[in-house]
Amino acid sequence: MRRRIALAAALALAVAWPAHAAEPVPVGAVEILSGPNAAYGTAIKAGLDLALAAVNAKGVLGGRPIALTVEDSGGTKDGAINAARKLIGRDKVVALIGPTLSNEMFAVGPVANARGVPTIGTSTTAKGITDIGPFIFRTSLPEADVVPVTLKKAIARGVKTIALLYANDDAFSKSSFDTMQAAAAAAGLTILDVESFGSKDTDFSAQLTKIKSEKPDAVGIAALVEPTSGVLLQARQLGFGKETLFIGGNGANSPKLGQIAGAAADGLIVGSPWFAAKPDPSNTAFVAAFRDKYGKDPDQFAAQAYDTLLILAEAIDRAGAAEPTKIRDALLATDHTGPMGPFRFTDHRDPASTEGVVVLELEGGAFRIAE
Amino acid sequence: MLAQQLVNGILLGATYALFALGFTLMFGVLRVINLVYGFYFTAGAFFALWLTQDGWPLVAALPVAALAAGMVAVVIDSLLLTRLRRAHADELSSLMVTLGAVLALYAGMTAWLGPDIRRLPAGLVGAGALDLLGIRITVAQLLILAAAGVLVALLLWLVRGTKIGLGIRAMAENPDAASLMGIDTARLAALVSFVSGALAGAGGVLIGLNFNAIHPYMGEQMMLRGFVVVIAGGLGDIVGALIAGLLLGVIEVLTAGYIASSLKEAVGFLILVAVLWTRPRGLFGRAEIWRA
Repeated sequence: MRRRIALAAALALAVAWPAHAAEPVPVGAVEILSGPNAAYGTAIKAGLDLALAAVNAKGVLGGRPIALTVEDSGGTKDGAINAARKLIGRDKVVALIGPTLSNEMFAVGPVANARGVPTIGTSTTAKGITDIGPFIFRTSLPEADVVPVTLKKAIARGVKTIALLYANDDAFSKSSFDTMQAAAAAAGLTILDVESFGSKDTDFSAQLTKIKSEKPDAVGIAALVEPTSGVLLQARQLGFGKETLFIGGNGANSPKLGQIAGAAADGLIVGSPWFAAKPDPSNTAFVAAFRDKYGKDPDQFAAQAYDTLLILAEAIDRAGAAEPTKIRDALLATDHTGPMGPFRFTDHRDPASTEGVVVLELEGGAFRIAE
Repeated sequence: MLAQQLVNGILLGATYALFALGFTLMFGVLRVINLVYGFYFTAGAFFALWLTQDGWPLVAALPVAALAAGMVAVVIDSLLLTRLRRAHADELSSLMVTLGAVLALYAGMTAWLGPDIRRLPAGLVGAGALDLLGIRITVAQLLILAAAGVLVALLLWLVRGTKIGLGIRAMAENPDAASLMGIDTARLAALVSFVSGALAGAGGVLIGLNFNAIHPYMGEQMMLRGFVVVIAGGLGDIVGALIAGLLLGVIEVLTAGYIASSLKEAVGFLILVAVLWTRPRGLFGRAEIWRA
């Protein structure tokens, strides 16, 4: 008897469940939550969680919550592919956010694209990301759009010669370097020297000593924030002073730079698609909510992730159904204004506008808008 | 530029040598490829970080952090390795056990403390660099040079000049025979763990001070270079590790400065392969600690 009741209850539940209006819409994210680069993924997850709370306050598609599953990639291509396969196969996600690094996107993108799952990189700035396929989007402004704005500022300060230094073992830094080199040549700067290092290196003295002997007006550093900090610390030890302008790639655009490198980072300039002190109302609201929830300031990665989940939620609403292909088409019609500023996609699924780019300068370990 | 590059190389080499000292001791005596060594390095740096944040001066924080890292090493090594030693397990077992353990420890530490890079409080040592005839060298770098020299001397004295050292060498040669001769090998193993862990901890403090970056995975990043130095120098060869470390540092820096910085990494590992081909017992052919 008892068994029959249980069976009936189970049947009733099975029949009732799909019709339930509040069935969650499964969305996945692949981010680096462990290992040396976990700082990026952790910031992104914080931004996503904050946006998720805002979205689920009213839900999508008439009140359905988004169920966000964040999987750890560990920062490796294999880890990222496994995480994406798990999300697509097991959780049946209708869209993916991430992965964190361009490296990982080049591995995950083809898989997600083949399965027809729209995938939005929030922090992948390398060249060629959206060439992977028609389901691959990004909300992060490619560096190729940001760096020329930074170099213009440098030239206005009298910079004529530059030496470039980059990490040669990850796609993010290599792409950052290619962009910087092309932009420097296009801007008419003389490139005196190009040096490289490994992104896990802690010693850069040989490269810096060589650069110092060539006396460039500026040194461009294309690397993630940790090695960039290390380069600056050691450059000061080796006697680089105010006469040399340090220019950071996108990796330098993190409050961590000032925290790790301290006064050694003072004077570095970097272009940014976002800045915490930008005064527009949606940005100030986001920064206040982030501080309230986490007790610290958001960085660019959190802001981009926050905006991306809002953009995706709006697209799901416009799609009218939790179906990947419809969501992909709806994403192309995005017209969103958030902390990052006005946002639309190009036909090639890259961000369309660069009007929000600000050039920042480090002073006393903190960013301010460069003069 | 050459003079500055040579100094750069020697300083880099001194960090490699400093890191490798305790590793080679452990390797040579206990015949254990102890990958947890990198964790003791991290632990030492974190102990010093916490102490100096509490206002301790470096002169006090450095030895206390080193001793604390040594204690951690005794506990972890005895948990992981005692069983293997009793079972006379081969080197591969210790490699696998310590590999698993060290990955768990790094990941656990990251989960606990977060992946962020921390800095020792500013002004712990003079921040400025000394300028000697156009060659720049910082106080932290001088400390590393001095520490590498002093620790090599102390370690040589311990191994060659004391009764404990005699026991250590006996145990390196044949642990069973040493035990039959009345040497308490379990206690001696714990002592070697302690000394090795303390050396790792001291290295962590000084190298963390020099590169100003303390984070859970810092030990992992030194480990590959540590391997090159220990193997090229000869397993358990203390002076060999010092020379191999300095050589590796100078060669890396000169490669980056005069050939191509992209080849810097490749050169270190090419040296390892070349050494193993031509001198499988290490550059100086004195493979084990009793020849130290």
